[in-house]
Amino acid sequence: MAQENLLYSKDHEWVRREGESVVVGVTDYAQHELGDVVYVDLPAVGKELKKGDPAANIESVKAVSDVFAPVSGTITAANAKLGEAPELVNQDPFGAGWIFKMIVTQASELGELMDQKKYEEYLKGIAGE
Amino acid sequence: MKKTKINEAHYVLKGKMVEFCGWDLPVQYSGVNTEHMAVRTTGGLFDVSHMGEIWFHGRDALRAIQHLISNDASKLQPGKIQYAGLLTENGCFVDDLLVHMIKENEYLLVVNAANIEKDFQWMKKHTAQFDVHVDNRSEEYSQIAVQGPVAEKLVQEFTDIDLTPMGYYHFAVGRVQGLDAIVSRTGYTGEDGFEIYFKSDAATASKLFLDLAEKGEKYDALPAGLGARDTLRLEAKMALYGNDIDDSHTVLEADLGWILRLNKEQPFIGQEALGRQKEQGIRRKLVGFELVDRGIARHGYPLYVQGKEFGAVTSGTFAPFLKKPIGLAYLPPENSALGSEFQIGIREKMVVAKVVETPFYKRSK
Repeated sequence: MAQENLLYSKDHEWVRREGESVVVGVTDYAQHELGDVVYVDLPAVGKELKKGDPAANIESVKAVSDVFAPVSGTITAANAKLGEAPELVNQDPFGAGWIFKMIVTQASELGELMDQKKYEEYLKGIAGE
Repeated sequence: MKKTKINEAHYVLKGKMVEFCGWDLPVQYSGVNTEHMAVRTTGGLFDVSHMGEIWFHGRDALRAIQHLISNDASKLQPGKIQYAGLLTENGCFVDDLLVHMIKENEYLLVVNAANIEKDFQWMKKHTAQFDVHVDNRSEEYSQIAVQGPVAEKLVQEFTDIDLTPMGYYHFAVGRVQGLDAIVSRTGYTGEDGFEIYFKSDAATASKLFLDLAEKGEKYDALPAGLGARDTLRLEAKMALYGNDIDDSHTVLEADLGWILRLNKEQPFIGQEALGRQKEQGIRRKLVGFELVDRGIARHGYPLYVQGKEFGAVTSGTFAPFLKKPIGLAYLPPENSALGSEFQIGIREKMVVAKVVETPFYKRSK
């Protein structure tokens, strides 16, 4: 399941544009693969990241997974609610379970992400493996 | 990849399958937390057919076992089980195992999946002087663990063995859904429960697992995977071979002195080294810890005691029942008192942990 008006990375992150900024979270597929999320290690506001740098860590009972910066930019906010309720990542991955916001420094990198249709095809490809 | 005879049932039950020690096994069905909580509050069933079953037969079976293990198997009677270490000359672990006394001159040793061939070769090599036949029959046996407060009621619906009088670490031979089986009151979860050993074809084994799952529904028992098995055993501080115990840590260091009988009548492999270590003292000891800071410490994360690196976390997770991050690690004995603090490197951060009492979880009886 994916949502319209979002962009997607191959690491199963979603990106929603808000002016010069983007909101980043993980997809429903990702939260399902992770299993029960019990802790999210959030990035510090002001941290500068290049596309592909680890930005946050999601700890599930089973394992730890990186959340990568889907584009280059500077962190402007992190979802503090995940401190008390990390399970929001499982319950509402596209909404209350968002992870961080960043100002995009290389807008062209957004073009390298997938739209909903492409991401759904990408998921089908994974399922067919 | 190897498949247990119950494999088909995991697909029917929509388990999320992973490779574990070369086996195709479910890491979870409904979710690690849900399955973990089910075992603590109602029940769970696990396919643990990958475990090994090695039989000892013959006039010297007891002597051979006594030579191999740290515990005193001469205390066993038919129907009784003992936990023990299979040790190297240095007193470290070749494996940990369960010894079942079937009858005089006949014993069943249950060993870890990853170690079956290694253990079997070790056992044969070190018992050549005895009149004993060591037989690896792991391929023939399936094993289902039914664990949790409802386990007795659920398993009772499938067996002619009267389970109520069966004590912990006892077993009986009888029938389970018409199959010859060994049913033991043992487990790896910290709960009451049973382990059922039987031989059958794949269709019959899968059917038994599915029937247990179906009957289990009325007790709110769930099929459970390797994920919950690991978090459950860790809350109960049961050691995992390859993580917490291995061939470079001794029984004394692993804080398993209770499975060590240095004064038993017959000498055993590792006895001398452990006798010496007992006199001289240990330089590291396996302890349980909780994180004081936020985060989760996992297997392999580096440990720092007073600023100096000292090994690594052997097991660590978020404990689903206790709802906090816990783990096990070897610490210098002088820094291992309850409440002692040390640090764990979690990626680029240093996180404070403290030694706590174990088991982390103990069921109320």
